[in-house]
Amino acid sequence: MAQYTENELAKDLDNQDYKFGFVTDVETEKVPQGLNEDIIRLISAKKNEPQWLLDYRLKSFAIWQKMTEPDWAHVKYKKPDFQNITYYAAPKQTKKYESWDDVDPEMKETMSKLGISLEEQKRLTGVAVDFVMDSVSVATSFKSKLKELGIIFCSFSDAVQEYPELIREHMGTVVPNTDNFYAALNAAVFTDGSFCYIPKGVRCPMELSTYFRINAGGTGQFERTLVVADEGSYVSYLEGCTAPQRDENQLHAAVVELKAMNDAEIKYSTVQNWYPGDENGVGGVFNFVTKRGVCETNAKISWTQVETGSAVTWKYPSCILKGDGSVGEFYSVAVTNNYQQADTGTKMIHLGKRTKSTIISKGISAGNSENSYRGLVQIQKNAHGARNFSQCDSLLMTDHCGAHTFPYIECKNPSAQIEHEATTSKIGEDQLFYCMQRGISEEKAISLIVNGYCKEVLNQLPMEFAVEAQKLLAISLEGSVG
Amino acid sequence: MIEIKNLHATIEGKEILKGLSLNVKAGEIHAIMGPNGAGKSTLASILAGREEYEITNGEVSFDGNDLLEMSTEERARAGLFLAFQYPVEIPGVSNVNFLRTAINEIRDAKGEKPISAKEFMALVREKSKIVELDSSLASRSVNEGFSGGEKKRNEIFQMAMLNPKLAVLDETDSGLDIDALRIVAKGVNSLKSPENASIVITHYQRLLDYIVPDYVHVLYDGRIVKTGDKNLALELEEKGYDWIKAETQVG
Repeated sequence: MAQYTENELAKDLDNQDYKFGFVTDVETEKVPQGLNEDIIRLISAKKNEPQWLLDYRLKSFAIWQKMTEPDWAHVKYKKPDFQNITYYAAPKQTKKYESWDDVDPEMKETMSKLGISLEEQKRLTGVAVDFVMDSVSVATSFKSKLKELGIIFCSFSDAVQEYPELIREHMGTVVPNTDNFYAALNAAVFTDGSFCYIPKGVRCPMELSTYFRINAGGTGQFERTLVVADEGSYVSYLEGCTAPQRDENQLHAAVVELKAMNDAEIKYSTVQNWYPGDENGVGGVFNFVTKRGVCETNAKISWTQVETGSAVTWKYPSCILKGDGSVGEFYSVAVTNNYQQADTGTKMIHLGKRTKSTIISKGISAGNSENSYRGLVQIQKNAHGARNFSQCDSLLMTDHCGAHTFPYIECKNPSAQIEHEATTSKIGEDQLFYCMQRGISEEKAISLIVNGYCKEVLNQLPMEFAVEAQKLLAISLEGSVG
Repeated sequence: MIEIKNLHATIEGKEILKGLSLNVKAGEIHAIMGPNGAGKSTLASILAGREEYEITNGEVSFDGNDLLEMSTEERARAGLFLAFQYPVEIPGVSNVNFLRTAINEIRDAKGEKPISAKEFMALVREKSKIVELDSSLASRSVNEGFSGGEKKRNEIFQMAMLNPKLAVLDETDSGLDIDALRIVAKGVNSLKSPENASIVITHYQRLLDYIVPDYVHVLYDGRIVKTGDKNLALELEEKGYDWIKAETQVG
């Protein structure tokens, strides 16, 4: 377990307002508001894309236009006006930086406010960071070191230019543009994201990390991430999100595709801290994400997520266990406070023999929030000896929040073993009193208890992420017991 | 150290304490005995700051401060410790993490620097010996999966770590076998000093074979009805509480 950083926590607790709620004043180049074929052509042209990609975008747009926004999730929100969104914004300087000294000082300040400190990360932690600010990557570090091993880690746009054959081969094969409303929209208008390729037999020596961040007001973000781990390779990928404070709702509809080839392993960790709206439920990010991975023979995909932000979250990182002996894991902590709504979970699709999946979900609801776990475990008829274990726990901090569990199990093979456990509990007055009798303040007691409750999930995160996640949990739940 | 004057307290409209007075000075050990339902655990809960009780009359002064005006954590930081009758489990929070947080919160309240990891671990080693607590228990989650005896020993371990001015032990002996009882008593005795004091709440006399009190009080029907030395405890053991009840009713 990560060292408990009391002092850092104490400092953070002094400032409980949304910590990353600031706007960086960098000149931004935007395309006009609205969505039509011309806008898509403009985005594609600005990014100097090949014809096949433009065709893909236009086809996706046509598909999207025929679709309707899904409303089966246990969330209520005002549907976004898709003509009132700016689909492309890029910091105006287009030239790439040769060295860190060339980077706009204001942008550097943004990063240090985010607590990234790239220079320090480079030196101390060995994390390569691909920092995405307003849809365009401004910096990629450690690139050359990764290059020696044949690892590709770059922005999606760069990948389109430099590795078009890889993108064309894999993009949309896990999450097709026909998959759902938001995936189709993303395929039509995505602006940037990350691409990662690990060659056969290579174990990526460092955690790959990308910080996404919404910046320009009213800009929707449509990120696209593709991670391909070739046979026998391993990669751990971290994704962290923060967004500045805004009054209008911002739409975030990302697509993440993971491909783990035979014997490969991908560990994908997320700390999501988009702006959740104020305590009255005004503003906040709509987070409608499609994340899915495919496992070939004996491959493994492990999703770990700590979701504390966004006004509305709609997110189901899933695994298609296609190959025999493949393994899927989903570890999740979802915190909702005030008027936040989260409908999150996973899908484990067992196709291959002896496939195995584990689901550990910890929902924490506070304030007037609604927190739902929605999960599907599907065992197809050829999945002999498939196994699943699911554990879904809900913790209630107040009497007026909601916790819901919607587990779906479909089993078409009688040799499969499926276990499901679920608990719901209210944070114990006795536990709080016990902590306070030892001199611990109520806020810190909550943080201790909640971190303990989430330990199984937090333990899955790389160290530096675990520390950040603990702090986020404490900040998100400040003053929430009632 | 602590002065309780004419304390009246109710829970859900029912009066439990009916004018309890008690004065404990530094360096003293006071035992409070009494039959079931006399208000022993209520007294412990009120001193620690449980909110479900309503104080309807009386005052409590702790080191010259109005205890009833202080929050639970302020009382703890001022040096009041309660060894719980039923220690709670906190899954996923290690004992050491819990104690380090507590120590640092107390230090912070006094404007002191946090304890260093080295200093802390030395303290853990030293104090866990007193209660013969297996060092592996220190890194396990707080009370999770502990036996009854381990939980009580853990309470005394925490007490040793926090070194309180006033320790209130709420039926710490209940459910303990004779070996555990001896270990708990040894812990309490080794922490005795001229600067601190203890209030030992117990149902049975046997704990007092190991912890020798300066005073024994009988709590009955919400009041201290009789005070004596350790011989009173022996007398109670022999004769039960009925004669006290009779005496009180006559009085």
